[in-house]
Amino acid sequence: MNSSEQPRISAITTPLDHMVTALRAGAGTNLTGLLLLLLALFSVFSVLLPVTFLQPGTMQSMMFQLPELGLLSLAMAIPLVSGGLNLAIIATANQAALLMAWILTTQMPPDATGGEVWLWIAIAFVAGFILCLFIGLITGFIVAVVGVHPILVTLGTQTLIGGFSIWLTRGQTLSGFPDALIRVSNETIAGIPISFGIFVIVALGVHILLTRTVLGIHIHMIGSNLESTRFSGVNTRRVQIWVYVLSSLLCWLAAILMMARFNSAGADIAQSYLLITILAAILGGIDPYGGFGRVTGLVAALLILQTISSGFNLLGFSQHLTLALWGFTLVAVMATKRLTGVFVARYRSR
Amino acid sequence: MRKIFDAIFSHTETSLAVVIVIVVMVFSFSSPYFLTLSNAADLIEAYSVTTILAAGVFVVLVSGGIDISFAAVASVTQYIAAMVAVKYGAPALPAIALACALGALLGCVNALLTYYLNVVSIIVTIATSSIFYALLIYFTGGSEIYNLPDWWTDRVVFFRLETATGDIARVTLPMVIMAAVVTITHILMSRTHAGRQIYALGGNPEAASRVGIRILRLQLLIYGYLGFLAGLAGFVQAHRVHQVVPTAMFGTELSVLAVAILGGASLVGGLGSMGGVVLGVLLLAILQNGLNLLGVSPYFFDVVIGLAILISISVTSLTERRMRGQRRLVGAAT
Repeated sequence: MNSSEQPRISAITTPLDHMVTALRAGAGTNLTGLLLLLLALFSVFSVLLPVTFLQPGTMQSMMFQLPELGLLSLAMAIPLVSGGLNLAIIATANQAALLMAWILTTQMPPDATGGEVWLWIAIAFVAGFILCLFIGLITGFIVAVVGVHPILVTLGTQTLIGGFSIWLTRGQTLSGFPDALIRVSNETIAGIPISFGIFVIVALGVHILLTRTVLGIHIHMIGSNLESTRFSGVNTRRVQIWVYVLSSLLCWLAAILMMARFNSAGADIAQSYLLITILAAILGGIDPYGGFGRVTGLVAALLILQTISSGFNLLGFSQHLTLALWGFTLVAVMATKRLTGVFVARYRSR
Repeated sequence: MRKIFDAIFSHTETSLAVVIVIVVMVFSFSSPYFLTLSNAADLIEAYSVTTILAAGVFVVLVSGGIDISFAAVASVTQYIAAMVAVKYGAPALPAIALACALGALLGCVNALLTYYLNVVSIIVTIATSSIFYALLIYFTGGSEIYNLPDWWTDRVVFFRLETATGDIARVTLPMVIMAAVVTITHILMSRTHAGRQIYALGGNPEAASRVGIRILRLQLLIYGYLGFLAGLAGFVQAHRVHQVVPTAMFGTELSVLAVAILGGASLVGGLGSMGGVVLGVLLLAILQNGLNLLGVSPYFFDVVIGLAILISISVTSLTERRMRGQRRLVGAAT
């Protein structure tokens, strides 16, 4: 947009102010409901599992399991808020993990010690960062310039990225990373796993970015209405490119945690996470049409999913039953929303 | 020249057809086996399941929805039909009918949830797909069924042709079912009242309901039809591989969706044709087969599909926008 259109922005200040206030007040989420559900789940599992559930060990293992899915869900949440979707998150994370694993397993001299190992780990991390930056820029560029729905674009990039990973690795997995990397990922500080700490900091960062920065407000705005955002003088293409760059960089963080926890990297790892990240985001109150959604809701949803998973695990149920219950939870939450919506509408019309 | 380019690439069907002709010419020059009847027949059979599913997904896409539970539905119906056939010795027709009816029923569950919860179908089907699939694995323990009855696994050949070179081309059951599904879907979408209504619903749901289209009934038809075809596809898939593996169809959702979209069905709804979807499948099938015959590593195939999707959507969208731009004032261009 050229500078002559700048004054127009003042004309929309009032609605924008409304939007900012609404964002900060948490409009469009059902955080209370989610927290109540979380509390209910905690109570149920505490009654069913009086000895094992509310234990530091259980809580700690929950904190170990949450971060990967959490970071990937954040990577899905940002595009969702912008009115898009990134189906390539798992493929991106896997490719970044493969590149980092390739550097650590084949390029690093096997007799490297101490500081040298850390240097190589840093090189691997930087390489992964650049790769994800590149993927994000390309994806964002295609979404912004071609103007096709992001589902289509990321369906293409997902197939392409995954295809390259499979082609280059011949479907093999890479493993055997330096002990230093593995050790750090299993380390705890005051009983809290480092990976969980990273997740909390990143989630906080994404929360601040989405609610308190100009870019964040613009991401919400293009999610509400791309055309009118463009006509109010926002460079929507730049915002869209940022959305996919941020999403891909979150995949890079998830890739680091994933490769350290599994001690392996491969083209086909964690494919089942893709739909679960969407499930978590929707459960957390992020509007699939874009424009609304908060990180707090998403974190609450992730905690709910993790609680169900850990509780079922302790009760001795199979993982598949957990997945089924996650699906039921999503349907139940949507039904509750619908019913309360109908109820509120009737109440107001009186 | 530019006009010809625009005329070809502004329609998905024509641009796909042109690309297919070019690709076929390139491959037939480079491999003598490519343009043979038996190769063509094998190719069509190999893609029969994908085409059957893509036909159902196409109907849902035209209506403005996205369904990704069809792979889970196909796995569930396939498994239950196989269990009934193996344990209780159910004959062919009742077993197939059971698979299709069950598929249609699960599809209707999707339709009811979408309608009454008033949420986009992609979310409903993400939830139901997790539920169907997880319950299937839970109750079966993931165990395969190998001892399918003979009527299920025996190859049915309708027509057999021996060419001069000694190659044998067969018209088999999956091809016939696929052809029937494509024809019926084409007639449903372009020649019937319901088909017109599905296009109207996808084009503008609000307007569709204002002119008196019964949305719920239509959605039951749309998602029920996809479920029905998923049941059929599950049957054909087991017929081809001679066994039922609960996880076999899982993970095919996105590739079938990609094929339908490549064929011109729009995610926003209201657009696309059965012919375009068939051409989309054909293009991918020809690319895979041709690259195979040229000795390109099968590992490279996903790279080709990904590029095909990206190039196809980019060319179609950019051409369309340029043509719109010529007619309109320079409006949206930033």
